[in-house]
Amino acid sequence: MTEIRFSGYGGQGIIRCALIGGKALSIYGGKFSTMNQSFGPEARGGACSSQLIVSDERVLYPYITRPDILVSMSQEAYEKYQNELKDNGLLITDTDLVKPKTERKNITHYSVPATRFAEELGNRIIANLVMMGFFTAVTKITTPDVMKKALPGLVPDRFLDLNKKAFDKGYEYGLEVLKEKTQ
Amino acid sequence: MKKSKADPKGVLTGSHFMDGDYALAEGALAAGCRFFGGYPITPSTETAERFSERIPVVGGVFIQMEDELGSIASLIGAAWGGLKAMTVTSGPGFSLMQENIGLACMLETPLVIANVQRGGPSTGLPTLTSQQDMMQARWGSHGDYEIIALSPDSPQECFDMTIKAFNLSELFRVPVFVMTDECVGHMHEKVVIPPAEEIEIVERKWYKGPKDKYLPYKCDSDGIPFMVKTGQGYRFHITGLTHDERGYPLLNAECQKINVQHLIDKIKNNADKIIEMEEEQIDGAEVIVLSYGITSRVAFRAVQQARKEGIKTGTIRLITVWPFPEKKIEELAKKVKAIVVPEINAGQVFLEVDRCSRNKCKVVSVPHLGGWVHNPDDIFKAIKEAVK
Repeated sequence: MTEIRFSGYGGQGIIRCALIGGKALSIYGGKFSTMNQSFGPEARGGACSSQLIVSDERVLYPYITRPDILVSMSQEAYEKYQNELKDNGLLITDTDLVKPKTERKNITHYSVPATRFAEELGNRIIANLVMMGFFTAVTKITTPDVMKKALPGLVPDRFLDLNKKAFDKGYEYGLEVLKEKTQ
Repeated sequence: MKKSKADPKGVLTGSHFMDGDYALAEGALAAGCRFFGGYPITPSTETAERFSERIPVVGGVFIQMEDELGSIASLIGAAWGGLKAMTVTSGPGFSLMQENIGLACMLETPLVIANVQRGGPSTGLPTLTSQQDMMQARWGSHGDYEIIALSPDSPQECFDMTIKAFNLSELFRVPVFVMTDECVGHMHEKVVIPPAEEIEIVERKWYKGPKDKYLPYKCDSDGIPFMVKTGQGYRFHITGLTHDERGYPLLNAECQKINVQHLIDKIKNNADKIIEMEEEQIDGAEVIVLSYGITSRVAFRAVQQARKEGIKTGTIRLITVWPFPEKKIEELAKKVKAIVVPEINAGQVFLEVDRCSRNKCKVVSVPHLGGWVHNPDDIFKAIKEAVK
């Protein structure tokens, strides 16, 4: 079982990340997944998060307890959630938006300039898709094709290609980062 | 009972990643619901939103009513107009609905009410979960009556059980409650919607006799009276007052006994047919964990831990909470040391388990006052303590 928290600020598409991941894995990836999001005033403007549990068996307990993977796309969200990341867990951040203060020794940290890449592709609104591509590459949680299959219906039709492009950009960057790491 | 296949128009066949709230609406549409009257309230608003988008597309009606009293009134009207009708709400709205829920029971009107429970009393916790309305579903309106309440534990079951709720409501001409909660309502999981021809629908029992001979409360051989659609030439009268077969008031103890006893008996005498539950490792168990809805998923972690420690632990998951499986609990209580009842309230269904166990075993309440689900450790500790 893998517990994942996506975090950032409201408007970045943080909820959408977990919806894409959950839909992809449960419908096309042969896994069970349960997705939850934070409701309430804290979701507006400030730190925002969504939770995804992925398992080979049916997920029973509906919430994450200590995430194996933390994705942070804002400093505030990173600071709010970084302590709960499991030992030997995986931290994924937006390079330009999150500056880890004191790096935890017992975790793996990868970062991607998701928002910068998205801006280069023409719209920062697709930063979450760059992040999902990168996330897919470094976690190897499923194939990029499975992830992209989930996009229709979750992103506006007229932006589907752009979203896929953003995903691919993040995915390729993720593969490069992994390659550098092993060299 | 006349059964048919679902109308494909309302059935969104396929695999979806959907939350429980949406799944309630999809279940209703698949069951043939073509009228929604409601007043949006967190955490059930998404169901109303889904209905507002989808029901006009399948030829149905969506009305946002002025309040929850009006919501149930509109459902009663729609049902007597010939449609299958549903509303959705949460605690505060459920309280306001109670008066007309009593009317629906008295008029023997089939309708479905989903309650996506949140923490109470009063406005309580709008965005956070509870199972605190279970007794209200049973006893919320005044007078004696029986209803049916189901408790789904996942978005998939929100879909499945809403169909079941409609079928039961048509079968017994009674309001049926789908008692879910914020956690399940807002949780996204895979929901598989089968092809329409695989969905079995119970048809309303329409009266076909001469127009001037229709009696709205004359029971058929199965104990359930026929219905007609208003506006088709039948002249009939229905009232919340104690009434005879013709639907006219007859205000005396004799008629009250027949009328109200019928409301009770049509559910009680069919309890065995209505009640559904899931049992696991009951034979030889020292302790049973009895739960329903989201709590059954949370409790299972504790059950696994208890089994690991060698405690013979069985589970019962109530799918139907009302009517309550009285006989089943009475039998079980003779065979086990204890029944542990975790639920997200101060101990509501616990009271029923305690009553039905007739002091033959220990019954332990594991309350949680809402806002979150149980910590499985608390349930595990209760299991351990119970078998000591």
